[in-house]
Amino acid sequence: MKIEVNRPAPVDIASEKSPSALSIMWRELVRDRLALVSLIILSVILLIVYGASIFLDQEEIVKVDFLAIHSPPSAEHWLGTDYGGRDVFGQLIIGARNSFTIGLAITLITGAIGLVVGLVAGYFGGWIDNVIMRIIDFILVLPFLMLVIVFVAIVPKYNVATFILIMSAFLWTGKARLIRAKTLAERELDYVSASKTLGTPDWKIILFQILPNLSSIIIVNLTLNLAGNIGIESGLTYLGFGLPESTPSLGTLVSYATNPDVLQNKWWVWLPASLLILVMMLCINFIGQALKRAADARQRLG
Amino acid sequence: MLKFILRRILIMIPQLFLLSVLIFLLAKAMPGDALTGQLAANPKMDPQTLEEMREKLGLNDPVHIQYIRWVKNMLQGDLGLSYTHQQPVTDLLAGRVGNTVLLSAAILVLTYLIAIPLGVVSGRWTNTWADKLIVGYSYIGYATPLFIFALIMLFVFGFHLGWFPTGGSVDIQVEEGTLAYYLSKLNHLMLPALSGALINTVVTIQYLRSEIIDTKVKDFVKTARAKGVPERQIYWRHILRNSFLPIAAFLGYEITGLIGGSVFLESIYSYPGLGQLFLQSIMQRDYSVVTALVMISGVATLVGTLLSDIILSAVDPRIRIE
Repeated sequence: MKIEVNRPAPVDIASEKSPSALSIMWRELVRDRLALVSLIILSVILLIVYGASIFLDQEEIVKVDFLAIHSPPSAEHWLGTDYGGRDVFGQLIIGARNSFTIGLAITLITGAIGLVVGLVAGYFGGWIDNVIMRIIDFILVLPFLMLVIVFVAIVPKYNVATFILIMSAFLWTGKARLIRAKTLAERELDYVSASKTLGTPDWKIILFQILPNLSSIIIVNLTLNLAGNIGIESGLTYLGFGLPESTPSLGTLVSYATNPDVLQNKWWVWLPASLLILVMMLCINFIGQALKRAADARQRLG
Repeated sequence: MLKFILRRILIMIPQLFLLSVLIFLLAKAMPGDALTGQLAANPKMDPQTLEEMREKLGLNDPVHIQYIRWVKNMLQGDLGLSYTHQQPVTDLLAGRVGNTVLLSAAILVLTYLIAIPLGVVSGRWTNTWADKLIVGYSYIGYATPLFIFALIMLFVFGFHLGWFPTGGSVDIQVEEGTLAYYLSKLNHLMLPALSGALINTVVTIQYLRSEIIDTKVKDFVKTARAKGVPERQIYWRHILRNSFLPIAAFLGYEITGLIGGSVFLESIYSYPGLGQLFLQSIMQRDYSVVTALVMISGVATLVGTLLSDIILSAVDPRIRIE
């Protein structure tokens, strides 16, 4: 059903051009109240986080101050301090910035790999498709979480770049599979065979004809994945196998709650970070769900 | 059908082989070998003896011979020695596996106990306030990371309200085998299992809801209604029977999620199972235990997927691979 959504509508005399997938998505997003509110909240959070982090010095914030250990929220430290006397609010801002940036980086990298692999496998089919699908099937049945932890533990010179690389190595498969399936369906349609008959080179058909028709599905998938990736990153950091200590993430703040005393009595250390992860993931998910509805003509609001 | 099952098992064999090669290579890449642990215990060991022991343990053999030996040992149930615990890995796992299986089983049972009534209510009476509440819950649950939810549950119900114990799998004082022992085990199980289930269940709720909505407008349901079958029976006999089977078959796919979930849940609730052992071992660099656990999880995931694929294709012939 979804394939038909993106087919150009019959040319209307009043308006020469049918609205593009992107403008339909935007219209649906604004019309869905929950998604609109989510979009506003998320934008505000991101503006504050990225804006404030320009003025905050990461080195300054991760510096230990033994005179102010675990002090509760005050005018000087808005959200109190952690076990090293470091300002929690500053860490929250830096952590949110790192978590979001890294989640986004992983999403974009896996999206790019998934797109290329999925388009190639779906369009050409045959043995290329077979080989690629066997590899994807294999990666999908691996115990993802445990293997990432093992990789993180044994990689020499571990840093943010290696973390992104390790995560991306596992997470591209789902996208590649989805895009392959959609490409397979798209390739059978008349416009592709017409182009082929006219002698259009394969790469042009893939890039300029099939790809635009997949754009809404890709956007939906990437949005929902962004939320998931932020969750996985902060979860791994919580366990101690995510971002290195020099780059605090929201998961770093939450991980202080492994100390029962902090969990029980010093809510200001871990609760704001937990709620911030929750709010960001909820917002991104609501936006993603609205986009998903927009990509499906039957569910549009109008 | 038989042909499908055979083909499906044939696909699994190279996967199993690749998995074992990958884990073997990872084990090789981990710092230290089978002797490093002994060296730590006895630092004055003479390099000559060390070299002899290396030779004896076969650590100087070519890689492929080591791999074959590793697989052979594994098949015979020999997973090596844990150096922090100074006992065979098999024994170490045996003491923990019960807790993890218990926790996973409890999560699964609760997942279905929650998902079935909620999914049915929401699919049957769409667009009522009950449906809206359930859909809202499923959206929120879908977006919530397990570790944050589990932490908040522990904070609220464990520490603040004090309804449940905050760690361990059983009280130390109670005697094994008594009623009090089992009650205490259950009491320790409730909070982690509930945290896991409340998050895990949303996917099943959403699936069940959309299945029911799709099925209830199909021709056979209309026919049943036209014949005058009571609404209750239409749901139980006609609609749900079609939706329940795939849900039961998803059990095998759930294994991946349960393994990942148990790592978080066991670490948050200090519940002594395999997930906690995995994290402890990797921090203590007890790599023989790590390797064994990754291998076991990998095999469990493979077998789980295999079972689900077979059951699903038995239920629904459309998805058999050619």
